[in-house]
Amino acid sequence: MNGLLQQDLNQETFILNLGPQHPATHGVLRVKLEMDGEYIVKAEPVLGYIHRMHEKMGENRTWVKFLPNCGRMDYLSALSYNHGYVAAVERAAGIEVPERAEYLRVITVELNRISSHLLWFGAFVLDLGGFTPLLYAFDDREQILDLLESVTGSRLTYCYFRFGGVYNDIDDSFITGTRELIKRLRKRMPMYDALVTKNIILIKRLKDIGPISKDMARRYGATGPVARGSGINFDVRKDEPYSVYPEFDFDVPVYEEGDSMARYMVRMDEIEQSMRIIEQALDKLPEGEIKPKKAVKLVKPEKGDYYYAVEAARGSFGVRLVSDGTNTAYRLKLRSPTYSNLSLFDEASRGMLLPDALALMGSLDLVIPEIDR
Amino acid sequence: MLLARIKEALDSLYDDIQETQEAPEAAEIETVAAEAAVEEPAAAAAEQEESKPEEAEEPATPPGPKETDYQAKGYHLDVELDPDKVVTAVEILNRENFFIESITGVDWIDDQQLEAVYDFNHFDELCRVVIRTRTDRNNPAIPTISHIYQGANWHERETHDFFGIKFTGHPNLEPLLLPEDADFHPLLKDFKA
Repeated sequence: MNGLLQQDLNQETFILNLGPQHPATHGVLRVKLEMDGEYIVKAEPVLGYIHRMHEKMGENRTWVKFLPNCGRMDYLSALSYNHGYVAAVERAAGIEVPERAEYLRVITVELNRISSHLLWFGAFVLDLGGFTPLLYAFDDREQILDLLESVTGSRLTYCYFRFGGVYNDIDDSFITGTRELIKRLRKRMPMYDALVTKNIILIKRLKDIGPISKDMARRYGATGPVARGSGINFDVRKDEPYSVYPEFDFDVPVYEEGDSMARYMVRMDEIEQSMRIIEQALDKLPEGEIKPKKAVKLVKPEKGDYYYAVEAARGSFGVRLVSDGTNTAYRLKLRSPTYSNLSLFDEASRGMLLPDALALMGSLDLVIPEIDR
Repeated sequence: MLLARIKEALDSLYDDIQETQEAPEAAEIETVAAEAAVEEPAAAAAEQEESKPEEAEEPATPPGPKETDYQAKGYHLDVELDPDKVVTAVEILNRENFFIESITGVDWIDDQQLEAVYDFNHFDELCRVVIRTRTDRNNPAIPTISHIYQGANWHERETHDFFGIKFTGHPNLEPLLLPEDADFHPLLKDFKA
């Protein structure tokens, strides 16, 4: 395929605009493609259509007032972003978190991760031309959104974590509901496996398509399922343990192939691992406070800079704070995983057929508001 | 011991500063660092002699990579460098298979300086290295590292968007997140919407 490209380089190429409104880009991402017939010569993602400058907002409001912003970056796994931000500020200001609150954080974050992967699963198969799985996935996801709504108060743009704890305790109906959900999903996953994962059309569309090598992932800073699909055993929950994750027994699915199928398999396997974490957390859930006895009202981290990373559904989300000792951030850098994951698209898609490149793009699991911030 | 190894390798970047302070220690240079130092010795040395005399007089904080309290700060190694040594330092990290987390800026308006902060981490062994460099706020320029880490391409474009830092040698320093005709840099402290 590459030989063909080289040979035809003198021929005229044309520019194809993919997006900014295109079903396969799930939001407003535009990709300027230089095409040689059906083959991609160069792909230039054009970002910023929904750029809101969250980082500047972080500098002109207090630490506490920035909390709702965290739910508005990645609207599909907002709780991880809540977690990254509050944990970064807690590290900087030395705020202690009760153990029960950390358990609640882990339970809700993992539920959110499952709902995010389910939506990705449905939307990804939709990109590839299979409409039905989306409806099944949304049905499952809906159950999770109901559970999360009952405890956080919102369905997508969560603002559930507070400095030093969480906003609301869970009740018995949440616990039984979550256990039932896990039971239900354990029945549904084999069905997805039989109907979708083992489907010959899906396999033909994904196997050996869009290979990403270990070295490419490293040079672009790809993390999360994209890196793990390239044989990189890296998960912040294991490699840089935070919260109460060390107390749970779970595996990190890693696939060596580096193709779109590998990234698909990583996410499908992660759903089961998240369920294992939730089960253990519910079993071990300690009694106690969910927030400090005396509410944290004035947050003034000491001068200096701090870094905190968490494993979001799409990779490593990092928060870099610079504090000047006041109640407002001097600088707040949000390192979003899909930004780095998408940046390798140009190199990875060269020489690919357009429909294959769309499969590659879908397997990156893009969330545009999180890229643009 | 990745951390110790990388610290030693990066430490050699400060050899020319240490020479002016205390002559003897220059002998032991690691092989990795020796290669790296060859690549741009002249410019680095010249810059050092002009701009660093005040710092050289402070004996309390010797120049070099500093190990930080990971639990308190969230990173292991803090490396402050002159802009023209960033490329050499990043080449050392690249040889040790670090991956790039992000690049960003900080506007130190009181010092009339812009700081660029590079975050690196390692897939196999937890080791967060922060490289920081400061440049003149009125004419901010730092050499690009996008030829070493292709992922830096977008991070540098973003930092140029927000702070106006020119990454010299960057292949395509066009606005990325801001509109294509943007001539403002919103994260500068004196930016008014």
